[in-house]
Amino acid sequence: MATAAELDAPTKPLDTFRHEARDWIEANFPPALKHAGNAMATIEGPADESADETAWRTAMGKKGWGVPTWPQQYGGGGLTSAEARVLNEELGRAGAFNPIGGMGVMMFGPTLLEYGTDAQKQKYIPDIAMGNVRWCQGYSEPNAGSDLANIQTFAEDKGDHYLVNGQKTWTSGGQWADKCFALVRTDKSQKHAGISFLLIDDMHAEGVEVRPINLISGFSPFCETFFTNVKVPKENLVGQEGQGWTIGTRLLQHERNSLSGGGGSAARMNAGNGITALAKQYRGADEHGRIKDADLRSRIIRHEMDQRAFALTLRRAALDAKSNQGPSAATSIMKNVGARITQDRAELGVEIMGMNGLGWEGEGFSSEEINQTRVWLWGKAVSIYGGSTEIQNNVIAKRILGMLDHQ
Amino acid sequence: MAVLNEEQTMLRDMAREWADNESPVTAFRNMRNAAPAEGYDSAAWSEIGQMGWGGIVVPEAYGGSDFGYLSLGLVVEQLGRNLAASPLASVGPAATAIAMGSSDAAKNDWLGKIATGDAVATLAIDEGPVHDPATIATAVADGKLSGTKEFVAEGDSADLFVVAAADGLYLVAGDEGVTRHSRTMADARSHAQIVFDHAPATRLGGTDLTQKIVDRATAVLAAEMLGMAEQAFAVTNDYLKTRVQFGQPLSTFQALQHRMAKQFTELELMRSVVEAALEAIDAGRSDIDQAVSLAKAVGGETLKLVSREMVQLHGGIGMTDEYDAGLYLKRAAVLEAMWGNAAYHRERFARLNDY
Repeated sequence: MATAAELDAPTKPLDTFRHEARDWIEANFPPALKHAGNAMATIEGPADESADETAWRTAMGKKGWGVPTWPQQYGGGGLTSAEARVLNEELGRAGAFNPIGGMGVMMFGPTLLEYGTDAQKQKYIPDIAMGNVRWCQGYSEPNAGSDLANIQTFAEDKGDHYLVNGQKTWTSGGQWADKCFALVRTDKSQKHAGISFLLIDDMHAEGVEVRPINLISGFSPFCETFFTNVKVPKENLVGQEGQGWTIGTRLLQHERNSLSGGGGSAARMNAGNGITALAKQYRGADEHGRIKDADLRSRIIRHEMDQRAFALTLRRAALDAKSNQGPSAATSIMKNVGARITQDRAELGVEIMGMNGLGWEGEGFSSEEINQTRVWLWGKAVSIYGGSTEIQNNVIAKRILGMLDHQ
Repeated sequence: MAVLNEEQTMLRDMAREWADNESPVTAFRNMRNAAPAEGYDSAAWSEIGQMGWGGIVVPEAYGGSDFGYLSLGLVVEQLGRNLAASPLASVGPAATAIAMGSSDAAKNDWLGKIATGDAVATLAIDEGPVHDPATIATAVADGKLSGTKEFVAEGDSADLFVVAAADGLYLVAGDEGVTRHSRTMADARSHAQIVFDHAPATRLGGTDLTQKIVDRATAVLAAEMLGMAEQAFAVTNDYLKTRVQFGQPLSTFQALQHRMAKQFTELELMRSVVEAALEAIDAGRSDIDQAVSLAKAVGGETLKLVSREMVQLHGGIGMTDEYDAGLYLKRAAVLEAMWGNAAYHRERFARLNDY
């Protein structure tokens, strides 16, 4: 039978490609960047690129390997998914990383490749593949959060262009973005069918105002974005007028895929005895070496088991997908369970550290303690963004359990 | 669902079909009402024997199919869905104890009969109401075993006991020195007190055999619990769609939808941990103990949630004996306690991980 060993084992040797990739990485990856992270993939904002980082991004971009499976004609790598896995393995082996990322890669690019015209793909995809532009997502509005289809930002037909007016919110990385893919209303008489998918080419143009939102964690990764009489050419419409909901929800599938991957990495990140060691360090151990506070220990055990069960569920879903049983029903629970584990972990961390786990900044606290405070507060977002826990529960009830809407 | 090979898929489908056609919940209810001394459905057990399910973990050389514990778990899960009253969950691990620990002669004597359902073997481990394999007073001197075992599943009729003594496992066959005291319990199944008084006993060898066998029994039990939990949940979901109040099916109320979504979420996690425990046994992994404790703790809490919600979400009808919810609730509570409840396995898991 196909087992965990099969999943965990390296992909089948595609020897020729593996050697090509290995040699190329060796020749192009600046050793100084070994084990550094991908600054572009974070929403914390762009760090100033070092010369090495620019060189590495440019090399990977030209090779098309930042988006290895995208078509070569638009600047992608044209690799099969098996080759892309090999490439990933080789990057990991060399201590290298993919320097190209962000919403253009994760969400917008795959959607445009599916729904865009050839001209649109030629215009936008190569820049994403090179890591030259940052995209942001113009979806949520003050009155369209969980009820996303209630968006009101209006794109008025002016013959050769649209005139866009309205307000978006929770625009991740809006203050650093060059371009925006947005859901706008082109028809006020229909809810879902009045929505269109429109590309805003310049986030710095007149009429576009971006205001960062200060969060409880002290971070400002999200913005409010105001559009006032912004002219957008007609050729920036993706698909047909009224097709925006279909295209927009397809894009959300790409987002969910990347978020549940995030749940997976959260599970790995939290794995092990980190929280146990922390508890023993701050609260002490008894004569048998056990966490001294029995009540705390009991809750840590539950948390660790929850996490282990989640990791096994991720593995099971991956095996299901691999053996072509189709997407597992288990995928529908990933977002909620991932959020619960992340938040439980942070709550435990704060509790273990006592008052030190609530330090905000400055003297008297270790950087780990300050970080614990911020991570705890930031983590409250996890059960809200990308479809709140309540929305996920609605989805499970309606789509999987077949429970109907209240009339 | 774990990724299954062809024989496992066939076995699971066959078990499901058999359980639905030949052993629906009404069969359990009839058995309960008839209250046979053995505490299970002997006609159904004889069919199970003919299908060879008694031999799923018996080596081929002794007449079994040696499919392994994931396969046994799949079958027990299907039987659990309908509360099928069979000794299969006891027989499998007891057979493994014999296969692992006894002489060829004893294997020849018993394993073939176990595989065909002609002999019922069971485990006699605990000596009190709470699972505690570390505290065992039963002792053996000159090949004679003495001690009192409590709540022995299928103890009312078993032909063969795998008995835990302070120094390991022993095989006791026949009635010499064996006295059975029936216990009538909420789940209407057999959980007898067995008094061994100088019963002839044969040593089962191997290191840590008691723990290995109890872990296997616990994993199989967790599979039965998984089947029960899934079916209890499915029945509740169906009921909510048919029961109309305030002019609408109950299933349209969001407060109830979210309670169902919560249970569904826990069930998905439960399936992962139960299958992982069974797979760990088949793979001979070194951390079977952890995998089993994870399965029993998470599975126990989930079955508890789902079986209690089954009663509550059915409302008054869930309290009636005529309806099945009570049958699931009562069996669930027994299995939650058997081989250590969730708290026991959380503590064991914690010790294994140095928490």
